[in-house]
Amino acid sequence: MRTTESWQTAEIPGPKRAFVISKPKIVSSMIKRSEKPLLVVGHESLEEVLEKKLIDYTVSMAEVGEIPIVATAHIIGEFKERGYNTAASMSLIEIGERLRDPNWTGLTGEGQYDLVLMMGFPYYMSWLVLSGLKHFALRGDKYLTTISLDRYYQPNASWSLPNLSKEDWKETMLSIVSELEGK
Amino acid sequence: MTVKNVRMDIKELDTQLAKFKGLRVAIGRVIEEDLEEALGPTPFPSITDLREWDRKLLKRYPPFYLPFCDVCCLCTFGKCDLSQGKRGACGLDMAAQQSRIVLLAACIGAATHNGHARHLVHHLIEKFGGNAPLNVGGDEVDIDAPVSTLVTGIRPKTLRDLEGILDYTEEQVTHLLSCCHTGMEGNNIDFESKVLHAGMIDQVGMEIADLAQISAYNFPRADPEAPLTEIGWGVCDTSKPVILVIGHNVPPAAGIIDYLLENQLYGQVEVAGICCTAIDMTRYNPGAKIIGPISWQLRFIRSGIPDVIVVDEQCIRTNLIEDAQKIGAPFIAASEKNCQGLEDRTNDPADEIVDDLVEGRVPGVLILDPEKVGEVTSRVAVEIAPKRRRKGIFPSMEEIVEGSKRCQRCLACQRACPNNLPIPEAVQMAAEGDLSKFASLYQDCVGCARCESACPIDLPLHSYIMKTAEGKMAEEKFKIRTGRGAVQDIEIRRVGGPIVLGEIPGVVALVGCANYPHGGEEVAEIAEEFAKRNFIVTATGCAAMSMAMVKDEEGLTLYEKYPGSFDAGGVLNIGSCVSNPHIAGAAIKIARIFAKRNLRANYEEIADYIHNRVGAVGVAWGAMSQKAASIASGFWRLGIPVIVGPHGIKYRRMLLGRREREEDWYVYDARTGDKIYVGPVPEHLFYAAETKEEAMVLIAKLAMRANDTTKGRAIKLTHWIDLHRRLYGTMPEDIDLYVRRKADIPITMRDEILKILEEKGWQEREIPDPTLLKRMLRTRAD
Repeated sequence: MRTTESWQTAEIPGPKRAFVISKPKIVSSMIKRSEKPLLVVGHESLEEVLEKKLIDYTVSMAEVGEIPIVATAHIIGEFKERGYNTAASMSLIEIGERLRDPNWTGLTGEGQYDLVLMMGFPYYMSWLVLSGLKHFALRGDKYLTTISLDRYYQPNASWSLPNLSKEDWKETMLSIVSELEGK
Repeated sequence: MTVKNVRMDIKELDTQLAKFKGLRVAIGRVIEEDLEEALGPTPFPSITDLREWDRKLLKRYPPFYLPFCDVCCLCTFGKCDLSQGKRGACGLDMAAQQSRIVLLAACIGAATHNGHARHLVHHLIEKFGGNAPLNVGGDEVDIDAPVSTLVTGIRPKTLRDLEGILDYTEEQVTHLLSCCHTGMEGNNIDFESKVLHAGMIDQVGMEIADLAQISAYNFPRADPEAPLTEIGWGVCDTSKPVILVIGHNVPPAAGIIDYLLENQLYGQVEVAGICCTAIDMTRYNPGAKIIGPISWQLRFIRSGIPDVIVVDEQCIRTNLIEDAQKIGAPFIAASEKNCQGLEDRTNDPADEIVDDLVEGRVPGVLILDPEKVGEVTSRVAVEIAPKRRRKGIFPSMEEIVEGSKRCQRCLACQRACPNNLPIPEAVQMAAEGDLSKFASLYQDCVGCARCESACPIDLPLHSYIMKTAEGKMAEEKFKIRTGRGAVQDIEIRRVGGPIVLGEIPGVVALVGCANYPHGGEEVAEIAEEFAKRNFIVTATGCAAMSMAMVKDEEGLTLYEKYPGSFDAGGVLNIGSCVSNPHIAGAAIKIARIFAKRNLRANYEEIADYIHNRVGAVGVAWGAMSQKAASIASGFWRLGIPVIVGPHGIKYRRMLLGRREREEDWYVYDARTGDKIYVGPVPEHLFYAAETKEEAMVLIAKLAMRANDTTKGRAIKLTHWIDLHRRLYGTMPEDIDLYVRRKADIPITMRDEILKILEEKGWQEREIPDPTLLKRMLRTRAD
């Protein structure tokens, strides 16, 4: 399997496919350049990724990158247990639909987001929500930039991690956090 | 009743006014007047007659499209790239294309149910005569066909009357399907309106199918105490010949049972089923057995237990004949929609067919006569069982270990698995002699066998999973209540008020297929949670089966623990897929019986009533098929929200409300004509949940309706907030939108909620007599 094949074999999107994040610095640079980034975190973030859970990496990333979090499904309590009290709770399709809408004013009423990072989802769910955003989330005359930080390549994002081993994934997450710390 | 296509040819007519020659008079449809109830505004609605109602719903719940791919490949202009605002050669954009695909799916579903109904009605008229009366509940049910009456305006009384309704539904499906052709509809909202029409037509077709079979086959008639029967992989007595029937359309299975009974063989031969045919077999005769839902096909056949396999139609794995041949079980196709490449032997003598099958001269046959299917299948089972000796094709444990050692570690199996099951890990452990990981995959396996197709060295991975779990499977024996059919009028009289006022917090309909993210146990968990909370829990099809396949510490299933009545805390197996309209029908009958609204051809008013008053929520946790899509669409048009499991997102379109957009949540107060803000109730119309916890919280939330009394709203808020706190670990962030008056606040949470409301600047608001329809106002103020 190549690192830029769809993880689920039959999920072939079409002409428009994600750029591959070849090094973590791409993600940290995009976050730094973004005026309004958002991190959307799903229930699979409760899975272990070597020593820690994915949710722990997301909390670190949100804290050092000053990125607001939307916790989907039922996992908001997990963030609060970790002392991260500013995450918002909204389902994946609810936040997806709002991110699609160029007129949505965001979680705090301060405006729509220009960069969305997603992680912790069943592959096929983020596949489809990222597709909805790819086709319909207009920002002026361009489209919303999305980044998939899950372990498998997501062609419908603007940018996606390639298919990674758990070890490489963990290293990538740690590198993104440390790059952001130098912000 | 209705009379359709009346024609008079008059050779010569001499009147005072004129003289006519060769006069032809044609009348499309005559609807007999009903003295009890006036005909409403939309008899036999066309594909646009309810468009304004649809647009009201779609304005409140606009579609959110989730395209599966960037292109359209439906005509030779294509493939057309529709990504990011591009249009195809025909002019269609991505939104319209997605809604077009949704309409195609809904049409397939509607056509399937209506085709099912047509075949069934045709067969039953042949068998019992067109004048055979409809009877779904004896004296307990006055409104036999609430959906059909609501849509068409007629009250069918006989099997023959159903044909007239099917003429209409088939015409509608044809028109709807034609809208999917290149260069027809171009606007996504109009496509969506047609999706809702397809759903409504689907509900009519299903209702007809179930009315016909309940009436003619003497299924349980609205019986809360329909008998318990057996379900599970281990229910068959394997010392007897075993007949397995798979599909949805019951006449061949009924033919088998009839033959066995007539020949004193019943009890000596096991008749078992998979999928909805199984449910309907047990409605026909509770001595029949249910193996399990759709995903049990391969695992049960490969076990070698069935001696003969009979398939009718719908949701049947399309290459089952290959596995049937491997276990040496003759294969009988019994539907013209599913011929399987087999020779049509319908008109051959039964003796010859039996002989050919028993001697293995042919792997299978096509027989399009249910009675002949009954005779041939039964005789073949008896004759072949001693010869076959349960020849299964599960590998031995040693073969699994050896096969696993050949694995190339390519990961293709996991990448093909819908649930991303860690099959490579199981293979690796098996290669080292540890089969426990394979056995642990059993519960989450949906039985698709894509892992096997993907494997480059052809390891039979599905069989590996099932073999390692064989011991567990063999112990699967549960009790399920047979499908009861309709809801009695007297039950509606009892609960109509408490439902509309909100004091029974809701009706949860667990329906659909078995494409579960984490096995069927989640369905049972959802069902029990809401039964304990005094919701009315109804179920059909595979969901009704999955709910039965869990026991508590005392060895009891939900159907043994909870009553089967349509009342608070009831758990009802309504029946098969085609029984779904009894659930919609219960909501419709609340409007008729409790609120005295007219039903006949009065769709918009009744849908408006249900949407604003009846806290019903559909849940299709394992929805897979196009039929599930059309079933959901039928509920949407009635304003009933539907939640699907995570795989349901692949229906590629959600219908979502926006709770913070206040302008979307106004209704008319029918008493004053004023427009009143009622909050986002119900918040969504079609929604894919990521986890069962999310679904459970949402079920409670979507049960709220604009008409809830303060007492009813307090009860509903209690359930929603309690579930949110337990499953999310927090208070909901949007409580203020759902509390209308202080009296709505659950007494045990009063201080905490008042504090939240104060922080949000909440103010009390009115509770109207809600309607979305201007014509329903009882005042001239507007």
